[in-house]
Amino acid sequence: MSEPRLRIRGLKKAFGAKQVLDGIDLDVAVGESLVVIGGSGTGKSVLLKCILGIIRPDEGSIRLDGQELVGLRGRALADARAHFGMLFQGGALFDSLPVWRNVTFALTQGKLGGGQQMHALAVEVLAKVGLEPRVADLRPSELSGGMQKRVALARAIAAGPEILFFDEPTTGLDPIRADTINALIRQQVTALGATAITITHDMASARHIADRVAMIHAGRIHWEGPVSALDDSGDPHVDQFVHGRAEGPISATVAP
Amino acid sequence: MAVADFLLRPLIALGAFALGMLAGIGRLAIFALTGVRAALTPPWYPARLLEQMGLIGWFSLPVVGLTALFTGAALAQQIYVGGQRFSAESTVPAVTVIAIVRELGPVLAGLMVAGRVSSAIAAELATMRVTEQLDAMVTLRTDPWSYLIAPRLVASTLMLPILVLVANIIGVLGGYALSVGRLGFNGAAYLATTRRYLESDDIVSSLVKAAVFGFCLALAGCYHGFRSGGGAAGVGRATTNAVVSAFILILLFNLAITVLVFGA
Ligand SMILES: Nc1ncnc2c1ncn2[C@@H]1O[C@H](COP(=O)(O)OP(=O)(O)OP(=O)(O)O)[C@@H](O)[C@H]1O
Ligand SMILES: [Mg+2]
Repeated sequence: MSEPRLRIRGLKKAFGAKQVLDGIDLDVAVGESLVVIGGSGTGKSVLLKCILGIIRPDEGSIRLDGQELVGLRGRALADARAHFGMLFQGGALFDSLPVWRNVTFALTQGKLGGGQQMHALAVEVLAKVGLEPRVADLRPSELSGGMQKRVALARAIAAGPEILFFDEPTTGLDPIRADTINALIRQQVTALGATAITITHDMASARHIADRVAMIHAGRIHWEGPVSALDDSGDPHVDQFVHGRAEGPISATVAP
Repeated sequence: MAVADFLLRPLIALGAFALGMLAGIGRLAIFALTGVRAALTPPWYPARLLEQMGLIGWFSLPVVGLTALFTGAALAQQIYVGGQRFSAESTVPAVTVIAIVRELGPVLAGLMVAGRVSSAIAAELATMRVTEQLDAMVTLRTDPWSYLIAPRLVASTLMLPILVLVANIIGVLGGYALSVGRLGFNGAAYLATTRRYLESDDIVSSLVKAAVFGFCLALAGCYHGFRSGGGAAGVGRATTNAVVSAFILILLFNLAITVLVFGA
């Protein structure tokens, strides 16, 4: 088997006394679409931020094509980050810039050059997420929550990064829009050869997007397997999550 | 045991406070150096710099001008009243210009701009921190130090000398207007005396102070905004702390420069 694109070993992160990640081991192959599921507050978003070097893990190793990412700083860290694109859970759009400047931000690196060309490109990418050209000239504050999410998605994919992270891409979208987004994410992987990690609570979306599914529970990868095994995993935690039952091994009250 | 504890506790608290203070100064110094390095190395963002120069410089003119005008006039009145006791009313133009150019112009302009700008910078950056815009920026191949911090530091350092120059002129004119209009001074003689007592050293030190204050007030805003956390309350805290830190830095550096330049 070839070297995985991402290889995570023994990743730990605590905030104060709260051990959020407690030894994550995870591999993501080149051109694979991995969906990460798990209860609210189990550290899914923290995991992605650790990979991007936004949160510094306490322990463990994260390798990108064999290169260690943990501990990188400055130029080296910026170079490593250039491989990634991320859709943040809250959108994180720059509210001081119009939508089209947001979408092309990675391409211009915040500079003002190439106005017309960038505007045209932004309109093109916005169309992919189902947004009309007129949205390009609005400010993020003028958009609905679902529209903001799609603009953020457009911004994450606009520069064509090789590795894509989507933190709850379909949350807050109507089912039809959600399906467009699922198809788009699938297309990034199948047609463009990107590697993707998607966090979602939406099982329909997970089935559509995933090659493989991993479940985080108690700070570790509790279960992982191909998406086809999701329904007969034989694991009570996964079963409870997939079928959305309040009764089961996962308690509905989350420790603070 | 209990007595020792009773005696030690304040000492421990004092030590912890002093250590925390030193650590804070160290963090601020490292932050300043990182910001300066970002300002001196590419990528540069001229559009962002111009935008900040407008926000910091242009929009501060009214408040700085108004402060200088009223303070200059009040100062002239006080010097006149104080001078009467020694029959030294004629020192009004000389003392006014020296007090304004050496001290009041830079300090008042610095404090007024800090109230406006440090708080605005801190609130903006803290909001960007809370809404993950700063995290998003690094995933979009852009360094917030170059894109956000450096333009603010440079713009503020460049604009404050200009604002202080304006404050000095308006402050002197405020003193002039009150002296001529109310105290019966001869206008031409007042201006001639002002010119005679104003030395180029005074102007240079005034502008050096201004540049230092400009850097300090932007630094305080960036530092507290960039490092903030904890939601809306965190944004509020960052804003307050930025103004307090900016005031302390400005007053400290003012004393240091005054003693260095004029105390020797
Ligand atoms: N910067 C931070 N400082 C302190 N605690 C944090 C921070 N970021 C995350 N946490 C804590 O880490 C835990 C995991 O957070 P995370 O955002 O990764 O959850 P999640 O799995 O993405 O949940 P959700 O599905 O609700 O988005 C939470 O308990 C949260 O309180
Ligand atoms: Mg999350």
